[in-house]
Amino acid sequence: MSAAELMDYDKALELFEPVLGFEVHVELNTRTKMFSPAPNPANEEFHAAEPNTLIAPVDLGLPGSLPTVNETAVRYSISLGLALGCQIAESSRFARKNYFYPDLAKNYQISQYDEPIAHDGQVEIELEDGTLFQIPIERAHMEEDAGKLTHVGGSTGRIQGAEYSLVDYNRAGVPLVEIVTRPIFGAEHLAPQVGKAYVSTIRDIVRGLGISEARMERGNLRCDANVSLRPRGQEKLGTRTETKNVNSFRSVERAVRYEIQRQAAILAAGGTIIQETRHWHEDTGVTSPGRPKSDADDYRYFPEPDLLPVVPSPALIEELRAALPEAPAVRRRRLKEQWGFTDLEFQDVLNSGLLVEVEETARFGAAPAQARKWWTGEIARIANAQEVEASSLVSPQHVSELIALVENGELTDRLARQVLEGVIAGEGSPSDVVKSRGLAVVSDDGALIAAIDEALASQPDVLQKIRDGKVQAAGAVIGAVMKAMKGQADAARVRELVLERASQV
Amino acid sequence: MSEITPELVEHLANLARIGLTPEEVQSLTGELGAIVDSVAKVSEVATPDVPATSHPIPLVNVFRPDVPGETVTTEQALAMAPEHDGSRFKVSAILGEEQ
Repeated sequence: MSAAELMDYDKALELFEPVLGFEVHVELNTRTKMFSPAPNPANEEFHAAEPNTLIAPVDLGLPGSLPTVNETAVRYSISLGLALGCQIAESSRFARKNYFYPDLAKNYQISQYDEPIAHDGQVEIELEDGTLFQIPIERAHMEEDAGKLTHVGGSTGRIQGAEYSLVDYNRAGVPLVEIVTRPIFGAEHLAPQVGKAYVSTIRDIVRGLGISEARMERGNLRCDANVSLRPRGQEKLGTRTETKNVNSFRSVERAVRYEIQRQAAILAAGGTIIQETRHWHEDTGVTSPGRPKSDADDYRYFPEPDLLPVVPSPALIEELRAALPEAPAVRRRRLKEQWGFTDLEFQDVLNSGLLVEVEETARFGAAPAQARKWWTGEIARIANAQEVEASSLVSPQHVSELIALVENGELTDRLARQVLEGVIAGEGSPSDVVKSRGLAVVSDDGALIAAIDEALASQPDVLQKIRDGKVQAAGAVIGAVMKAMKGQADAARVRELVLERASQV
Repeated sequence: MSEITPELVEHLANLARIGLTPEEVQSLTGELGAIVDSVAKVSEVATPDVPATSHPIPLVNVFRPDVPGETVTTEQALAMAPEHDGSRFKVSAILGEEQ
């Protein structure tokens, strides 16, 4: 793929105003699917299922099978609508979106069209410098996810050149809520950051509600980013592109920035933007054209005849409203105070998108300061190196366990980093890794004393210096002992014992 | 008169992945036109105080509890398909994209 012409970012912003829009799909973690009683792979319990083991007749579109609406999915959708500041529709109905593609065996997706469950909301996001920005929400509607295709043959694993495709229908019918924003104005040069903060806020909201696992690397949360540019001073909106499946916070930021630079170069050269779907390439950091919007988008929506309208009672809505967790801004203020972080420390956590991780790690018993140190330090460093989300590497429970091992003196910081590597490599929990890799701190004084005596005997000059009160000379002995213990000893304890033995031997 | 044109019939056939001969397009244009015209008569008797309805039964909120129920086994599912590879269905590579 040839790289597109890009305009310098600041120059692009000087000439054009970026207008954004986002469609975020959230997979709900109900136990069963949206329209069938098959187990839901977006629920942690069924996540590791083998292909085509979580399927009911409805998910395969078998003749005579009829969909039934999952009550919990409806409740979750209403809760999410309320958390997005939306109005909940008095009456809402499902619609068929017709298209032929093997990811859905029915040849249509059950979605919502003219009567979504929630509409007209607003979400407040916080940018890196702490300023607040409002994102207008047009609607949030219920629908079902499609199956997963694997394209076989061809060199790139993409559809072009594929010889055939393999289909797993486990994901077909997973409950989804699609959240659609209105056009977002005024983000200006912060547009990429607004995208990142918005998706991160949606993730915090659904995690706070407990209605989705919200793991982006698993596709529980997927973002399509719309970007258009208009010349400064022009009222009319420019033609937009829709970049599909931008599936990490960092990618949202990069993809928005890339599209601004790409479109600006085309427009400045007198070209026109084609309204099209584009693909984001994580590895190269560019977008490439997908298909243009065309006849294929004629989905011929019509009301789903197999399902009845959803008419939530005011009592249900009020019950769910009362059960909402605190708003993200309120929660941030509370956590900052509770943890006693400085502005800088707290902003560091927020900007890394690790608020939920730190909070959950603390809930498992770790000191918040330690949780912050590990997540924004070593774990973020490894995540950066591997170009993945930190949250995908290790669970808050395991981080908390690791911190506890250090606190109890069973691991030094250095050993803990090795244990973390093992946990990330999938070797099990921290204590599993300690056992299997034999990484525990040598806390047996007998073993330490034997090593110290040996080191002192082989360095009589050092022993003499220590006895003469030159305590800093002990460093050479401590070094030798740490080496003999392969680093698995607590250096402070070794120092203590060296001084003790030097006066006795 | 009906708005059904041969071009529209061809467009719909294409969306529905149905191949039609020129003769079939011609005859369907007439037949679909007659059906649409007949249905249009309903709008002549519908008054503004009759709300639009998508369902004949006056029921709402029919839900299923979120409890796992009957599923089909992988073997049962694959047995219904022309081809499979391991535990997944095998289909021709189709130039297109997920919705």
